[in-house]
Amino acid sequence: MSNNQINSLDPRVNRLDLSRLKEGKVHTNTHLITWEVFHLEKRGKQAVHVGVVHAPNPEMALLMAKETFGRRGKTANLWVAKTSNVYTFNMQDEDMFETTPEKTFRDPAAYRVRDRIEAYREKHNL
Amino acid sequence: MNTTALKELLYKMADDALIIGHRNSEWTGIGPMLEEDLAFSSMAQDKIGHALALYKILNELLGEESPDKIAFLRDENKFKCCHLVELPIGEYDFSLIRHFLFDHAEAIRYEMLSHSSFTPLAQLAKKVKGEIKYHTMHADSFLKQLAKGNEESKARMQSALNFAFPYALGIFEKGDNESELIKENIFAGEDELKKQWLQKIRPIIESAGLKLPKVEESAIKYGGRKGFHTEHLKTLLDEMCEVTRLEPTAEW
Repeated sequence: MSNNQINSLDPRVNRLDLSRLKEGKVHTNTHLITWEVFHLEKRGKQAVHVGVVHAPNPEMALLMAKETFGRRGKTANLWVAKTSNVYTFNMQDEDMFETTPEKTFRDPAAYRVRDRIEAYREKHNL
Repeated sequence: MNTTALKELLYKMADDALIIGHRNSEWTGIGPMLEEDLAFSSMAQDKIGHALALYKILNELLGEESPDKIAFLRDENKFKCCHLVELPIGEYDFSLIRHFLFDHAEAIRYEMLSHSSFTPLAQLAKKVKGEIKYHTMHADSFLKQLAKGNEESKARMQSALNFAFPYALGIFEKGDNESELIKENIFAGEDELKKQWLQKIRPIIESAGLKLPKVEESAIKYGGRKGFHTEHLKTLLDEMCEVTRLEPTAEW
């Protein structure tokens, strides 16, 4: 046994064969890819991204997602999508969003319509 | 209603659920991958939940001891579980095949019981339906995936199936009061269950490319329903009940 061989109680750690890290070789699970998981709490609500699972196909991704992300609280459905099918901006383009928080005129809370609604209600006895 | 027959049915169902739940929970922390570790552990918890629900019916409606006492303070020969659930977890191929064979039988049993003349059992059957649906879905997917994986995974699934099948047939061992259950429309009986089970699992196994062993050539493992067990049950009970038995009157 080489010096950096880890003898773990967890067989998953042993299977990684970390002693080969020096040679630049690590065991990879080529038959497992990652899937992004979206949780739908209730019909009609929007699905919310909750995390990632490993699985070889969509059917098993859903099976794994069910217990990983649907085992607590309420769930109406789960969606899974291949991570490789998710497209993003580059992180260095984050500056595009930098001044957005200042543009409060786009925030519905900035509009003072409450008074007008109340006035309308009073006028029409609603 | 014939309470002796009813208790016989409830005890064997509950003991099966408790013991397989305990066995499957032995995979917690060492499952093949994190997500599956969670899934298999959750299903094990579900099984123990089924056992609790059945022990509660025995306790609250049929005058038996409390669920904790039934689960942890009975002698081995009082347990009515089948031999299939007692066997050690072995490798994951065996645990998956056991999960597949057992859970399909359990799903059909509850489906049959959803029409039971014994209302509490019919209600429980309806309640656990969705839970068990996931269990069989999980089992079917893994069976298919591994049977169609590569030669090694296929061979291992087939040999696990060959080994487990005679034990699985032991699920359908009849109790002494079976005919009363049928007569009173409590449960349509083990023969009917076995028939439906074979009809259900055969096409799944065949479409996965595996072969279902022949029933008539199987040395069926009977005895569990009469209180005769494999040597593995005692070891399991010693471990499962160890803490409770140190101080049976302790309040938790």
